[in-house]
Amino acid sequence: MTDVTAVPVADRPVPLLDSATRPFWEATKRAELLVQECLECGHRQFYPRSICTVCGAVPGWMTSEGKGVVHTFTVVRQTGAYPFNQWTPYAIAVVELDEGPRMMGGVIGCAVEDVRIGMRVEVEFVSVNDEAALPFWRPSAD
Amino acid sequence: MAERVPVIAGIGLSDYPKAPHLDSIGHHVLAAQRALADCGLKKSEIDGFMCAQGNFAAPDNTGAMAEYLGLNPRFFDGTAVGGSSFELHIQHAAMAIGAGIATSILIVYGSDLYTQSGNNPGFGNREAGSKVPGAAQFESPWGNTLIGGYALAAQRHMYQYGTTSEQLAAISVACRKHAQLNPNAMYRKPLTVQDVVNSRLIADPLHLFDCCVVSDGGGAVIVTTEERARDLRQPPVYILGAAAAHTHWNVSQMPDYTVSGAARSGEEAFAQAGLKPQDVDTVQLYDSFTITAMLMLEDLGFCKKGEGGPFAASGALELGGSLPMNTDGGALSSCHPGMRGIFLLIEATRQLRGQAGEAQVAGAEVALACGSGGTLSAMGTVILGKERK
Repeated sequence: MTDVTAVPVADRPVPLLDSATRPFWEATKRAELLVQECLECGHRQFYPRSICTVCGAVPGWMTSEGKGVVHTFTVVRQTGAYPFNQWTPYAIAVVELDEGPRMMGGVIGCAVEDVRIGMRVEVEFVSVNDEAALPFWRPSAD
Repeated sequence: MAERVPVIAGIGLSDYPKAPHLDSIGHHVLAAQRALADCGLKKSEIDGFMCAQGNFAAPDNTGAMAEYLGLNPRFFDGTAVGGSSFELHIQHAAMAIGAGIATSILIVYGSDLYTQSGNNPGFGNREAGSKVPGAAQFESPWGNTLIGGYALAAQRHMYQYGTTSEQLAAISVACRKHAQLNPNAMYRKPLTVQDVVNSRLIADPLHLFDCCVVSDGGGAVIVTTEERARDLRQPPVYILGAAAAHTHWNVSQMPDYTVSGAARSGEEAFAQAGLKPQDVDTVQLYDSFTITAMLMLEDLGFCKKGEGGPFAASGALELGGSLPMNTDGGALSSCHPGMRGIFLLIEATRQLRGQAGEAQVAGAEVALACGSGGTLSAMGTVILGKERK
């Protein structure tokens, strides 16, 4: 699944939207990347949940620019799990957003051999159904 | 109340690495029977019971296993946080015994993972096309694997500290050397650093031989008071320290990919024991993957952060070295039925009793076991001694 322009989506596991995660996934359908920011203490977090992990208050939302840096990554070369076993090798990164929080996602748009820690990436949304588009990450110039 | 000092009195292993004649209940039963026979305690004396099957609908859950074994405990604990559950059980058992809530506690584990699933158990995989609830919906849709989770830590460790695949491989090589002394170990053929780094990549930078085996197996540990152990069959092994630390559950939430909770659980366990890393004669570390053990070596203070690579490559971890590790062959070569923590305690106990045969660490007086549960998530550190502190 290296250097792809069209990410295969058939039979991927997909998110089950719940009250905490629904706003995030709904935003992905508008090609917007949301993270949470606490209204009380200002802490920013991802994944979305109904509590601020620092102060315990109810977090609000902020829009990320969708840019960040590869904090760490792996290249999955073997998996027994369908449908992913059709797509190896593919790269998975933990991306640190410029706004602070980190999120996991697939890396596309370059050979898996070219993924590096420290590499600048930007988000690309891949629709999987009516409810959600998955954030993937591709190398960016800035 | 007189001082109640917790000791490990009995240990038992079921059959491993492949035991098609046993199901998971059978492993629990055989390990428990062998631990009782090992120390000579009667089953009727067991008043505390611990097991780590987190799914209470499963036939080997804590309540169902107590019933099957014919136990009516007044203290029981089903703490299930993955492989380190049994180190946490020791922490809880030591507290319960100290407080007089129980006197003789059976901790037991068993799994027929290999018989059920072979070499590809597929942990963590979600059904194709399924809707994933909870935090996993922010990992599963991209297809990371269990091995890939640990690979994230290894990759970051290499980036920050220059750690090499050859240095990680030294951990596999040490375990394989020890497995050659264990007739039951799953893999016993000689293994070199080159063999490891030339094996296929599973999830970069982890190679096939950076990964643990998949086996069947079970183990049991009986904890009682020093006083009760006095007329039992085996010399007591003292619980000098036992501590836990949790940092995250899903690997995308790991706060620092190069530091595990063992940095906290280790510090606390050493403080309880009044000991320092240099006092430890042998370590039994959770080696689900080479990086798991390497992070622990650093986090527990056996070398500085970032120096786990050179430390492993120095030969220190092999018998005859300064810190023999996983003297039964570890998860990397001997046995890993899904949750390995119980086997760490059993091997540490064998060493302190002087019963480790060809793998005996001469003069072993202090042994450390450290388990990892989840994905480097929930850590438990236990320090055991031949003598009271």
